[in-house]
Amino acid sequence: DHEKQYVGFATLPNQVHRKSVKKGFDFTLMVAGESGLGKSTLVNSLFLTDLYKDRKLLNAEERINQTVEIVKHTVDIEEKGVKLKLTIVDTPGFGDAVNNTECWKPITDYIDQQFEQYFRDESGLNRKNIQDNRVHCCLYFISPFGHGLRPVDVEFMKALHEKVNIVPLIAKADCLIPSEIRKLKERIREEIDKFGIKVYQFPECDSDEDEEFKQQDRELKESAPFAVIGSNTVVEAKGQRVRGRLYPWGIVEVENQAHCDFVKLRNMLIRTHMHDLKDVTCDVHYENYRAQCIQQMTSKLTQDNRIESPIPILPLPTPDTETEKLIKMKDEE
Amino acid sequence: PVDSKNEAAMSELVPEPRQKPVVPMKPMGINANLLGYIGIDTIIEQMRKKTMKTGFDFNIMVVGQSGLGKSTLVNTLFKSQVSRKSSGWNREEKIPKTVEIKAIGHVIEEGGVKMKLTVIDTPGFGDQINNENCWEPIEKYINEQYEKFLKEEVNIARKKRIPDTRVHCCLYFISPTGHSLRPLDLEFMKHLSKVVNIIPVIAKADTMTLEEKTEFKQRVRKELEVNGIEFYPQKEFDEDLEDKTENDKIRQESMPFAVVGSDKEYQVNGKRVLGRKTPWGIIEVENLTHCEFALLRDFVIRTHLQDLKEVTHNIHYETYRAKRLNDNGGLPPMTVETEENHESNL
Repeated sequence: DHEKQYVGFATLPNQVHRKSVKKGFDFTLMVAGESGLGKSTLVNSLFLTDLYKDRKLLNAEERINQTVEIVKHTVDIEEKGVKLKLTIVDTPGFGDAVNNTECWKPITDYIDQQFEQYFRDESGLNRKNIQDNRVHCCLYFISPFGHGLRPVDVEFMKALHEKVNIVPLIAKADCLIPSEIRKLKERIREEIDKFGIKVYQFPECDSDEDEEFKQQDRELKESAPFAVIGSNTVVEAKGQRVRGRLYPWGIVEVENQAHCDFVKLRNMLIRTHMHDLKDVTCDVHYENYRAQCIQQMTSKLTQDNRIESPIPILPLPTPDTETEKLIKMKDEE
Repeated sequence: PVDSKNEAAMSELVPEPRQKPVVPMKPMGINANLLGYIGIDTIIEQMRKKTMKTGFDFNIMVVGQSGLGKSTLVNTLFKSQVSRKSSGWNREEKIPKTVEIKAIGHVIEEGGVKMKLTVIDTPGFGDQINNENCWEPIEKYINEQYEKFLKEEVNIARKKRIPDTRVHCCLYFISPTGHSLRPLDLEFMKHLSKVVNIIPVIAKADTMTLEEKTEFKQRVRKELEVNGIEFYPQKEFDEDLEDKTENDKIRQESMPFAVVGSDKEYQVNGKRVLGRKTPWGIIEVENLTHCEFALLRDFVIRTHLQDLKEVTHNIHYETYRAKRLNDNGGLPPMTVETEENHESNL
């Protein structure tokens, strides 16, 4: 009887998702901060992997002449049939030198290069298998030992906040007691405001979400910057096996929300905001880059930026065999 | 407009309602499950929320001689008056001298999903005495939509969601002669199958008996094959074995769908059904033993809607774009100086 009213396109989201699940997803996460702030451990904790098995830690002398490197690790993760190609972009050497002037430059260059590559691919002839290597999120680790942001923190974030979604974190938060954490968070929030740093903003909750969700959303926003602890060792606590750090005075449980914000970070990064992080990267950061790029290429200033200008497009990369086949096919047609 | 509160009917056909992502509410004891679960699969839920918010565009074109029931069929497909039926040519209205393109948009909502549906009618097609090249205005319209999209894409400050007016699906109505395709049918489909997804349908199928229908369909399929006409779903775009198996069955057995449309309801066996009442019985539109309307509807709307859009975007549009870039020496199209935008002097 009600069949009459039912057309059936409410299945459209499922059709979309079926295709996405088949294709799989990708996500590129950058981590930045001084050495020894627990970045690698945190990444391993977030994704339950061991990406840094064969890492060799350099000592101070070896690091004197080290410059900031960009190191990529890729891992394929599958859960409940959903495939994720996760790329972690590491930035060893950042902030480690005696003179750290512009140590963020290799990082901004890297981000720009990914944008440029995407821009070329997007403007090219064969767009079938474009690889998206753009950086979707940058976790920036702030030392818990200071009194807030250090000059290098401020400069780094200001150099990157219009190129990538920055999520600032307070690292190794288990060296602080709750009141110290509160104070530090407040201080950092004030300084972020004061210096005009644009960190990633969690989008507004939909008005039709239930109270539970809205409450979680509020708590999320109030906890920023997240104070995190990472660990990949399992210890025994209260008769249960948990991921944590064993101290003589007690056990720090990574996934205990009373101990640190790890769960909030993980939920935000993976379970609720991963898609939005990618969207903001595509719709805001990349578009800014693209617009700037085009503007720079055209020597004229246009008043109304909705008007087209002649775009002497970037020279197309030498066509690969597939593109050449495509061109030949079109010619023959 | 559709009533979206029909959970009972929908639950059989729509998969279970979306799950909320698993997020612990307040600090609680460690849940042993969390030790091993990252939560990547929730990205599906995130995407779903996003797509539900933004809604969908769908543009469907109908082509065929007048009187083949195009408007009625589209109205039946979408259970609303989305297409204005022509009640035949009265003395005041004239048969259009050329093919006209009439696009009408509607927003329909169902199960929380909003669709901006545009029905593109092509009155005048095939109705003239001399129908040579009558597909040209249609091909032109389709290419114009690709051009519009391309211009938006290369713009400096482009919209987050480029409005999509491209034709995702073209239903071509074949007259139920029972003999074979007409030359005009072949000409149209040959030209247009290269630029748009064509779904051939046999109109007013209630004029054929079951055997006549089966034979006619076989003949039509053979003719299409012999003439190299690739209708949707095109063999070359099957993504994997699963798709190929599913689509092979549709291509080789079900298509072209023999349909009957109606917007009138009758009482049959205690149920109200859409149908056509004849002295010899009631033809039930959604009864699979009577006609294949339900197959067409499920195909276009419930299973392949997204794929129709993707093939349009990834294949037809890309082909158009590649050709334009090549013609232009690798440069994206430039604005032609017109009155409206002469300030944008190149």
